[in-house]
Amino acid sequence: MNIMSKNVIEVNNVTMRFNMSKENLDSLKEYFIKLVKRQLFFEQFTALSNVSFNIEKGDVFGIVGFNGAGKSTILKVISGILQPSEGSVKIDGTIAPLIELGAGFDMELTARENVYLNGTVLGLSPDFIDTKYDEIIDFAELQDFQDVAVKNFSSGMLARLGFAIATVVTPDILIVDEILSVGDFLFQQKCENRISEMMKNGTTVIIVSHSIEQIEKLCNKVIWLEKGKVKMLGETKEVCDAYKSVTK
Amino acid sequence: MKTDVKNFLKYRYLLFNLISRDIKVKYRRSVLGLVWSILNPLLMMLVMTAVFSQIFKFDIPNFPLYYLIGSTVWGFFSEATNSCIMSILSASSLIKKVYIPKYIFPLEKIVFAFVNMLFSFIAVAIIFAITGTPLTWTALLIPVPMIYTLIFSAGMGLLLSALTVYFRDILHLYGVILTAWMYFTPIFYPINALPEFMQNLIKINPLYHYVSYTRDILMYNTVPSLETNLICIIYALVSLFVGIVVFKKLQKNFILYI
Repeated sequence: MNIMSKNVIEVNNVTMRFNMSKENLDSLKEYFIKLVKRQLFFEQFTALSNVSFNIEKGDVFGIVGFNGAGKSTILKVISGILQPSEGSVKIDGTIAPLIELGAGFDMELTARENVYLNGTVLGLSPDFIDTKYDEIIDFAELQDFQDVAVKNFSSGMLARLGFAIATVVTPDILIVDEILSVGDFLFQQKCENRISEMMKNGTTVIIVSHSIEQIEKLCNKVIWLEKGKVKMLGETKEVCDAYKSVTK
Repeated sequence: MKTDVKNFLKYRYLLFNLISRDIKVKYRRSVLGLVWSILNPLLMMLVMTAVFSQIFKFDIPNFPLYYLIGSTVWGFFSEATNSCIMSILSASSLIKKVYIPKYIFPLEKIVFAFVNMLFSFIAVAIIFAITGTPLTWTALLIPVPMIYTLIFSAGMGLLLSALTVYFRDILHLYGVILTAWMYFTPIFYPINALPEFMQNLIKINPLYHYVSYTRDILMYNTVPSLETNLICIIYALVSLFVGIVVFKKLQKNFILYI
């Protein structure tokens, strides 16, 4: 065990509220009518309330919970996509979010062009992508399709390409959201191998999955969210057993 | 401020890549490709010259050039702001999934339109050559009105892109506003063809100043006065300031509305 364990992620009392407008207020007229009637910001939905936890360097941290528990919301807060309504998140290091593979692909462009576009979306420099380009294509097994527009790709091909780009740098923190269900089992294995390789190199991993077996296999710490609140936080076995006893 | 700059530098490659994506997508599968950026204004000019110098008979010396310069400057403003409107909305799939500084998207549309305008100026140069109009040293000032228009358009673009996330009405309304604004700008008519109170009214229009600034230095070989420059600068800076303030205030809730 590390004596000098260091928190790479600190989530402090994070609350995330969304304004729920029953009908979409898409027009100016409706907006002003509601504003005058003072009905504008009445209904709120609390996706997360007062969630706190720390993740130490090298942890493989699992997040479990039923639909609507706030799993994806907390991932978005950690990766900086959403700003919490209250509380704060402290991050130490670079994040590679594998929240949805291939977000930001332009369907009209070729695989090669998309590697560069998507790489820069993740904040990489073109020179760096140059040096890693072959590695990306090899990993995605798309050597024969480099100059084909990705609109002609199958969903498996897209996911392979997305995964290959997102994991080309070894990030300090890797966020994995239900993505290991793409492609055939050979490619899934390849992805798992790459992720476990990163873990060995000290990357901190956050995994969201509905497959409790996967969580039990990979994680050393688990948080159980229920309706936006922390139901349980602790060692994998403890939390998973409690979670499973409800599921049954 | 310092982190803003660092952040921008990290994502500057993304900016370049998005621009080159736009160029590629715009001209993919067209035989002439980029040449269209030059050809389009020229063809448009032929139509307008035919219509306005033959049918309406405005008394403008060198109408083709007069129109082309006006429509190039106007075209930049209208293309930049019009493409900004959708910029945040159409990037929603990205914004929802990855952290990216959001101003990148309207900024990219503005730079893309600016690059397009530079190509259109090749068309202007061609007409200069064909009509044998002499150019003097005042033409060297051309970056000045370009930068004024760029800053003004950037401010408007930021403002519109942020507001449209909340009020989609702007999408429909802005087309009408642009048309009215175009007629309110002396692009194909001379300002002195209007009654005096209309002339004074048109001088409120920032685009009037940017268009006539460009014509002054290119066609009429005059350097606009200090007062004109001040007006141009103030319009540009006010627009940029309002755009940045509104965008900054609204951007953190974009994700809830897209």
